[in-house]
Amino acid sequence: MLRKIKEFIIEKLILLCGLASIIFVALIFIFLLKEGLSVFKFVRIGEFLTGRSWYPISEPAQLGILPLILGSLWVTFGAAIISVPIGVGCAVYIAEIAPGRTKEVLKGGIELLAAIPSVVLGFIGMVTLVPLVKNVFHLSTGLTGLSGSIILAFMAMPTIVSIAEDALYAVPKSYKEGAFALGATHWQTIWRVLLPAASSGIVAAVMLGIGRVIGETMAVMMITGNSAVIPRGLLEPLRTLTATIAAEMGEAVVGSEHYFALFAIGIILFIISFAVNVTADLFLHKNK
Amino acid sequence: MARILVALLMLMLGANNAFAGSKSSALQIKGSDTMVNLGQAWAEKYMEEHPDAFIAVTGGGSGTGMASLISGTCNIAMSSRNIKQKEVDQDKARGHTPVEVKVALDGIAVVVSPKNPVAKLTVDQLAGIFSGKITNWKQLGGPDAKIVVLSREVNSGTHVYFKEHVLRKNDPKSKEEFAPGALMLSSSQAIADEVSGNPAAIGYYGMGYISPKQKAVAVARDEQSEYIEPTIDNVVKNLYPISRPLYFYVNDECQGLTKKFIDFALSPEGQAIVKETDFVPIK
Repeated sequence: MLRKIKEFIIEKLILLCGLASIIFVALIFIFLLKEGLSVFKFVRIGEFLTGRSWYPISEPAQLGILPLILGSLWVTFGAAIISVPIGVGCAVYIAEIAPGRTKEVLKGGIELLAAIPSVVLGFIGMVTLVPLVKNVFHLSTGLTGLSGSIILAFMAMPTIVSIAEDALYAVPKSYKEGAFALGATHWQTIWRVLLPAASSGIVAAVMLGIGRVIGETMAVMMITGNSAVIPRGLLEPLRTLTATIAAEMGEAVVGSEHYFALFAIGIILFIISFAVNVTADLFLHKNK
Repeated sequence: MARILVALLMLMLGANNAFAGSKSSALQIKGSDTMVNLGQAWAEKYMEEHPDAFIAVTGGGSGTGMASLISGTCNIAMSSRNIKQKEVDQDKARGHTPVEVKVALDGIAVVVSPKNPVAKLTVDQLAGIFSGKITNWKQLGGPDAKIVVLSREVNSGTHVYFKEHVLRKNDPKSKEEFAPGALMLSSSQAIADEVSGNPAAIGYYGMGYISPKQKAVAVARDEQSEYIEPTIDNVVKNLYPISRPLYFYVNDECQGLTKKFIDFALSPEGQAIVKETDFVPIK
């Protein structure tokens, strides 16, 4: 009897833990919607999304987030261009080519890269990368989207490498053996057989890496210059959605249009990363 | 099982007590990044003389301090700008009246790299540079290089002050804004770092941050006036055009440790610390 009661309590407790995460997400989403949608009492949704000036504390406030959306997209695009080839290449090397000991060292190193706090990466970027970018491209300042992209690429790499590596391991051994039996070289096997077979997992890895990048805040805030202009390329300063929220939330008077606008930016970010994660999920499940 | 529960309960009660205990003898000061060093210097000296008192000083920006004061998470808000009407209303809605105490003065230095030949500017020229109408150092007698404008983020009292008093020249109807291309940096130190490494950059921060790696520009009210260096003497004599008061804000008439601490800050000893931290005493 007692055992049954114990069992029952424990079962329900675990159920509660399981539900908790869903409840929290729902609560967060409701709060975000409630606060964020209030901004549209002050500004029309079209103006908010396509407005070109972001002067939130002026009277009247100008709340156009187009430069911020484009800023986030540019940085993410740049980071993807850098991190995807390197990340996938690294995963292939670890999964297929590296001998035992090198493999362990590499995997450890990548896990370590994931463990570096973003503020530290941002700080390192500020002192080393920013002057380098300035000098290499002869710019007036090194606080640019490119500096942000490079640092973010470092952050996306661990995600991309570890998930892409798993996807490569998941390819049935018979595929590889079949390719070898047909006389394919190691490279031909990787390029023509393994990569296509693991492609959905690799796409998922890339999407999750991008999801990480788009939500990153501290490092980009430190090194992208944060000027709210519509960026024409990666060699210019830009301002991301996340940096805007982080930099301005402290000042925003609770209940002001600025405050609501920051929550509305939160909704936009939520939608973007939700879309990215759903895409990743679709590809992961296609794999199975 | 029961024993664990009892232990947990005790722990929670204990933590509660400890929290309540710390609340009565601890002072939370929060706000302006410009004033953090000053607040810390005051707090250290005060705690040295009164070992039973505990004072925590944190930054975050004037607006952050104000928000904490209103929500009751700090006792004193440090601010490098006046309280806004909206904030007064919010505080009143919570049953408090904010009280302002002027504790020091600060000159805002406009800084360029020591490699930059430009050494003096008028307020009009500064307004032109920071609002994006003047874009090349050539227009100011310097080399042919694009001006890199550095500003603080909007949560900074210095940002607000600079916009209202330099860009808008105290005209409440003015619509001048910082140039959209101005880089927004999150701390005075970040501005100092960027200016020292970039000969084309110009930025502003509280006088206390001036170091040999940056050159403070002499500023004139208009073309006819004299160009004035940002020094303590010039701010006290009200000659330097870009200077501002620094404030403490408290809820209602303060008492206890809060009052003692503010009295200490205003005492000759406290004002001597103001001078040591490169700000300007009010007396």
